[in-house]
Order: sequence, then structure tokens, then C-alpha cells
Amino acid sequence: MYGYAGNILRVDLSSGRVSHEPLTEELVHNYIGGRGFGAYYVYKEVPPGADPYGPHNILVFASGPFAGLFLPSGAKTSISAKSPATGLYGDSNVGGHLAGELKYAGIDALIVGGKAKAPSYLLIDDDRIEIRPADHLWGLGAIKTEEVLKEELGDEFQIATIGPAGENGVVFACINHDFGRQAGRCGMGAVMGSKNLKAIAVRGTRSVPVADIDGLKDVAGVMFRELMEDPSLKVWQDLGLAQVTTWANSIAALPTRNFRQNFYEAVDGLSGELMKETIVVGDKACFACPMATGKLCKASFRGKTVLVEGPEYETTALIGSNCALKSIEEVAFANYVCDELGLDTISAGNAVAFAMECFEKGIITKDDTGGIEARFGSLDAFCDLVQKIAAREGIGDLLAKGVAGAAEVWGEESRRIAIHVKGLEWSGYESRGAPSMMLAYMTCDIGAHHNRAWSVTHDIAVGRDIIKGKAAKVVEFQHVRPLFDCFGVCRLQWVELGLPLEHYAKLYPVVTGRDDSWEDLLVKSERIWNLTRAFAVREREDFGRADDWPPRRFYEESVPDGPVAGFRITAEDLDVLLDEYYEARGWDSNGRPKVDTLTRLGLEHVASELHKMGRIT
Amino acid sequence: MGMDIDMPRCTGCKLCQIVCSVTNFGENNPKKAGIRIVSKLFTEARYEVIVCDQCGECIDACPFDAIGLASGVVTINQELCTNCGVCVDACPNGALFTHPAVDHPIKCVLCGECERFCPRGVLGALAASGKGEVAD
Repeated sequence: MYGYAGNILRVDLSSGRVSHEPLTEELVHNYIGGRGFGAYYVYKEVPPGADPYGPHNILVFASGPFAGLFLPSGAKTSISAKSPATGLYGDSNVGGHLAGELKYAGIDALIVGGKAKAPSYLLIDDDRIEIRPADHLWGLGAIKTEEVLKEELGDEFQIATIGPAGENGVVFACINHDFGRQAGRCGMGAVMGSKNLKAIAVRGTRSVPVADIDGLKDVAGVMFRELMEDPSLKVWQDLGLAQVTTWANSIAALPTRNFRQNFYEAVDGLSGELMKETIVVGDKACFACPMATGKLCKASFRGKTVLVEGPEYETTALIGSNCALKSIEEVAFANYVCDELGLDTISAGNAVAFAMECFEKGIITKDDTGGIEARFGSLDAFCDLVQKIAAREGIGDLLAKGVAGAAEVWGEESRRIAIHVKGLEWSGYESRGAPSMMLAYMTCDIGAHHNRAWSVTHDIAVGRDIIKGKAAKVVEFQHVRPLFDCFGVCRLQWVELGLPLEHYAKLYPVVTGRDDSWEDLLVKSERIWNLTRAFAVREREDFGRADDWPPRRFYEESVPDGPVAGFRITAEDLDVLLDEYYEARGWDSNGRPKVDTLTRLGLEHVASELHKMGRIT
Repeated sequence: MGMDIDMPRCTGCKLCQIVCSVTNFGENNPKKAGIRIVSKLFTEARYEVIVCDQCGECIDACPFDAIGLASGVVTINQELCTNCGVCVDACPNGALFTHPAVDHPIKCVLCGECERFCPRGVLGALAASGKGEVAD
């Protein structure tokens, strides 16, 4: 099958059984790859009510048809499972070099099920597949684990690892790859840890067949040329995503002090320019990417100097301004601590900022924190808290359940300021002054993440106080952007450097030999969107509109300062946004897909299952 | 000499490997390439570029006289090559690569495509004066 390796690899860690299944036409036609494959298998194989940490959960590593090919940044692996953070479908993707390597090893998707009896790692060396003991790796940091395995196996192996946080089941434990790249969100590292799987190591030597190699060279050649001739490429190479920080602050979207504010008065200390001047020592790219947004940095704290990849924007927003740290070097050090522990920096920044605000408000005291002076601005407190989280010790055991979990214990006033949707902590755009972005967070299928619909620029373009008419744009983004996660390609070249979508539409037939139009591909993306929603509806009898609701802070407090001081969004506004959104999606007023909608999208079996359960009409 | 290589600028993207494969084999396979990027991230925070510098030591090493100069480029004659691996071991740069599906070592043929596509200008100018020169 052109654009694919042609195989699904299944590993059952309970029995040690390894098996191959041919990639089916049905799967490729309906779900494309990457996140689409993840959604398909997680819906099909994880039974309702399954414990996310149990052997019946599966962890799917899937590339897509563009991954590993001669085109800009076919670097993305989607990792999917039932999320311990949300109890719903979850996925997270990671760049680097894993996606291509899986395909060179002959694998389009790796499905890991069961649970190993003892700490293990999975070795895939073309056709040689072994579940190996990992006692010598268990307990090591995520980056250290990769270093040890690279020494043992060789640099050609691409490696994904977890740190202590994943071993200990922290709901926001990430999966680390390629020194400093993470599948950060939804606790995929915790699922991996629950299976006693410390790492996977992959090497492959096969070629990936494409339908029209000359056509690929032509289209990709144009894409590379346009990227190289774009004058803004150099800014991305120089500053990477760190350049976003001051911009996000200037548009009043930078999460500050647990999202109390969206403007950080001390942003100059966190700027990309300062980062480049003071701590960057090298640039690093994902596969075949001219942008090289990865920045290798040196940072020192407590007498220790570390090398870390990052911080990128999200880390700077959630650990930097949201915890009110003073300098980009402090953020870089905190980034390193999280990476090594195997914690998602977005959720970790949220969890610490939440604890800091609760401490400030007297909701918790030093008795609760184990003596930690949990004040905004303290890197000491940040490091101490995340260590406790990863070890699940004292207050860390509570925060390891995420802000939603901790708020269950800390009470109503804390729930008001626990910044999450569906149990997943909010990423880097405070959205009181950006209603479509707010709606994007509310309705994102994995919880409060920006990646499905990054529409804050739409709010700025059409009016930040406008509510009506914005749902359509969110829906449009929620179909276009996840397509990239299905293709296994990075979307930054389109989002930030403006590569036209037409190029990707042209790539699809030359790679796969399929004649789907861009509109056809968007329907597939809509199918996947509805399937992950259906997972939630099947999972919980009470799942619905209330799960799309943001924390009370966002509609009870107006923005206190900065460029949109005084701005507020009301609960009525949020209802208008949701009503329009559900209407546009063909969902009922409780946010459940209608039978007709699922049927239109070729999900008759799902419609039938949910209808029989009495969940949809 | 072959290519001038400016290693500290390399970002490890391996576009050079995939464009080499597409150009010289018509396939998407960075292991079928005459160039390698090796990560030294954990120890030195940098990448290493491994590619033939046309030094010619493999010419003398080859027991089958299968390697010679063709239009000034150190070239493996695939008819004569037995894939014995002597040249691979003899190469001082480790720049001859083996692949399980290719019956001869793979090396840089100075086609220039990696240089053309390298986003960072790492694989610098193929100096006209130096092209094809075999070092002593």
C-alpha cells in the first residue's frame, strides 16, 4: 500500500506474544493514519469502563502516510490510549525521528496491550522483535534512559521512554523521545508505565513505497523551496517557538499566575530573544524540517548545570509566567527537571501554579505541602513540588491526579480555579478575551488543549468581543488541523510559514495513489472527531454538555490587567458558543452526536451501538 | 577534497539522508544514503556529519580493483564489487555504508543534492577547485 509500511504490529505484554496484521484497505480509507488509527483501535478494542492503568487499555503508536518521506517534516507519531487524565480517548503526538523509523521497520501502527510481569523494554530491529528486561532502566530519568539505550544499542535506534512519573502513574506523565521531544499530553507515559514498559527502541532499514516518486520530488521540492525562500524562516531557526511568548503577552493570552491574568509584567525575562542571547547553545530539528525550532539550552540552578531541549512556548507559558518565574534560564532548568522526571510541562506548570494559588489563598498551608513555601515565583518550590509529584509523595500524590483530582480534595474554592476541561489541564492560551479559542478548549476531544483548533488569531481578526458566528471556524479548524496528525506530518510549516494547504492536498495522491480530494479528507477528519466523541458518550452515561464547560474562573472573573483589562465572558456567552457548535456538528443540545450524523459519516456501527445503549437519538 | 562541512550548524534533521536516497535510489529510505547524521547530543550537544571526503584510501584498499575515480569522484564499480566490506573497514571516516538490500557499499557520489537541500548550509560549497581532488 503506497505511503504505508503495510503492517500493524501487536505486542501483548501479558503473554509476550508478538503478531503482525496486514494494514487493511478499510482502515486506510476511513482513518488515514496517526491519530485516526489511534481513534479506530482505542474505540474498537478498549472496552467501556476499562481501567486506564489496566491490561485492557492499549497504547497505540501510529505514524501516517507522510511520515519518513522526502517532504517537509514527516516526523509525527501519534500515541493514543484511554487517558488516565480524562478517562476518555486521549492522544498526544511527538516529533523527532520515531515515526519514520517505525515505517522503515515495516510498521504503520504498534499496538501495545496487556501488562508485563516485570519492567521491560520493547526492541524492534526490522523483523527482530523482543521484549527485554529493563530492570537496569527502571527508576532512571526519561532522558537518561534514552542515553543508556543508545549506548547499548547504537545511535541508529530511535527510542521512546518514560521517567519515574510514568512508572508511578502520574496522570500527566509524558513519553520522551529524541533527547527532548515529548508526547506530553493525556498521560500516555502513565499508560506505558502501567504496562511495565519503560521504553521502546526501533530501527528499520526498509524503504517506504510511494505511488509516484517523481511527483513526490516535484511537490516536495516546491514546498522546500518555498520554505527556504521565506524570509521569516530565519526567525524560526533563530528563536523557534520561544518567539511566541512576547506575542502571546502582547495579545493578552499569556497564562499568568494560574490563569488569573493573561498578561505578565515580567515577560521580558522570558523572551525568545533573551533566551537566544543567554542560554541557547545549539539548534535541533525534527526529521526533514528546515525550521529547527528545537533549541538546546544550558541552564544552572542549585549548583547544577544541565543541557535541555527547550523551553518552547508552551513550557515557558505554563512554567514561566503561570508560575511567575523570573527568567528564561529558570524556566529552562524547570523544563529539564520535568523532562527527566517524565512530566508533561503543560500540566506540571498548571499543577504547580494551582498549588501556588491555593497556598496564596490559604486553601492549603505548609502542613499540606510538606513544608514547601509554595509561592509564585519560586523555582525552589517548583522543583520540590514536581519531585514530589513524580514520586507521588505527600502533596505530590494529590497533584499527581491532576488539578481536577486535587481540587476534589481541596474543595469548592479550589475547584473554581482548577484550570482544566474534562480533567486535562489548559495549555498556553488564556482565552477570556478570545471566545473562539475558549470554545476550542471547551470542545477539544482530549481536554483543554490548543492543538485541534488554534483560533485565537481568528478572534483578533474578527473581533474579540464577538460571540456569535464563531463556532463554524472552530469546527473548520478541528477538521483541518488534526489531518496533519493523521498524515504524520508537522503542521507548523503551514501554520507559521504559510505553506498552502494545496501542497498537502497534492502530496496525498502522489504518496498514496488515492484520489481523495481535500474535501474527502476533511470528511475523514470529521469521522475521527465524531468517533472520539462517541468514545466519551459510550464511556459515561452522564457524559455531555457539562463536560464541555470551562472552570468558573473564566466566566466569573474579568481580566484584571493588561491590554484587555476588564474584559469578561459570561456563562450566557458560553452557552451561545456551545449551542452554535453543537448545531454546526449535528450533535444534540447535550453535545451528543445524532444517529443521522454518525450515519452520514459512515459510522453506522457506532450509531447503532450508542443508540442501543440509549445514549443517542 | 569533497564537501566542506560546517558541523556545529547541523540540526540533525537528516533531510540530507532522505534526499540522497530519493535521488540516488528513487526510494524513501534514509539508510540507503551516502551520508549519515549521528547524534552526539548526550555528550556534546551537537550532531556529526559523516560523508565521503574523496580521500581515496578505499581505492587502494579494495582487493578487487572495484573502486576508482570516475569524472573525479571516488566511485564503486558495482560490476566488480563483491561487497566484501574491506573498503568499509578501511574508510577513515566511516563513510561507506552497508545496507541489507543493497549488494555493494553505498557512498557519496557528489551529486550535490544534499548540499542543495540542506536548510542550514551545513554541507557547504563543493569548491570548484577541490572537487574530485584525491588527497595524498
